[in-house]
Amino acid sequence: MSVRHALLALLSEGPKYGLQLRQEFEERTGEVWPLNVGQVYTTLQRLERDGLVESDDAEDGPQKGFQITADGQGELDSWLRTPPDLSLPPRDELVIKILVAWRVPGADVHEVIQVHRRYLVELMQQWTRLKEDEAQFDLSFALAVDAELFRLDSVVRWLDTADGRFRRARSEPATPAAPAMPRLRRRVGVRR
Amino acid sequence: MSFLELRHVAKIYGEGPTQVQALQDVSMSVEAGELVAVMGPSGSGKSSLLTIAGSLEEPTSGHVLVGGATLSKLSRAEKARLRRRTIGYVFQDFNLLPGLTAVENVSLPLELDGLTARKARAVGIQALDELELTEQAERFPDELSGGERQRVAIARAIVGNRKLVLADEPSGALDSVTGETVMRMLVAACHRGAATVVVTHDAQLASWADRVVFIRDGRIVDQTMPPASPESLLQSGPNQ
Repeated sequence: MSVRHALLALLSEGPKYGLQLRQEFEERTGEVWPLNVGQVYTTLQRLERDGLVESDDAEDGPQKGFQITADGQGELDSWLRTPPDLSLPPRDELVIKILVAWRVPGADVHEVIQVHRRYLVELMQQWTRLKEDEAQFDLSFALAVDAELFRLDSVVRWLDTADGRFRRARSEPATPAAPAMPRLRRRVGVRR
Repeated sequence: MSFLELRHVAKIYGEGPTQVQALQDVSMSVEAGELVAVMGPSGSGKSSLLTIAGSLEEPTSGHVLVGGATLSKLSRAEKARLRRRTIGYVFQDFNLLPGLTAVENVSLPLELDGLTARKARAVGIQALDELELTEQAERFPDELSGGERQRVAIARAIVGNRKLVLADEPSGALDSVTGETVMRMLVAACHRGAATVVVTHDAQLASWADRVVFIRDGRIVDQTMPPASPESLLQSGPNQ
């Protein structure tokens, strides 16, 4: 999340002073999305230059008031509905390690998978500890923790699936390997 | 002191060529107040581990101790009493009796254990109250949602202050928010001192446990270390 859109989101609730924006920015994003607070005032100047916010006549600084413009609201609405680019698989180091472990003589791919599985579950235990105290658990924080748990969970599921596929591959007679899609090979960073 | 202990437990089903070794040399212990998750894929032996720990099945070899008592040395009557008084079971498919209301399902184990129907009912109502199921007390299982049925099943498993709670995929087909409610109930049972074992293939459920034990092909292959403080996660934030 950019500082720019975080500020537009805060101003969509109503006009605010610079200092107030800085404080709310820290309060709401500090724990979950640590962004650079130092950029708040310079970003407000840029938003005003671009016509996305308007300010009152006060001098630059904490007491200057800001409000969102119609263009700013449009920019915010558009940003909310623009999916981030998830179409390309990332160069996932874990995927590479598991694929390499399958080929390295003497490496037990199941043991390698278990090392990573245990690490991920330990990390998930840490995140889940944050959920235990419901009293200190506001909605946005709960959702951010859930997002992290689902992300880690999906990696554990992938490891479980890989574990199962390697077992089947070992127990079934070898068949000539079909060439993988060249583009996919390139994306996961595996050299032929 | 461990409340549940498995010592070199093995379980073999069938004979000859159809023989299946479900568990091999499994040793583990669970302290009072500890929540242990057993994670493994289908067919890894985790459900066998649970039924043997709960005295619903005999191991082929090895020993199981519950509250310091060796199960193989107990008479049938003593084991039945242990199952009624000390051990609570939660099954994936709930196993509620369809002809009984929620409160009747919960109080049944107490009645079987000799409590009068009136007293058992009072304890059952209290257990349902604590789990915010007061309104559902007089409903039959087919009048409850999946999540409510599983919460009633957990109430039945922990009613009467059971010391050992054993849960097999307790949130099986439930959505993740309801699954979390189920795990919070099991964590609460642990805080009251119950030793609890949950078997699951779901890492999100397992992450509620104090310790996660990994089982493969009937053997325990690994377990987690005690979780580090979650504070370190917040210093960098999830997006870093």
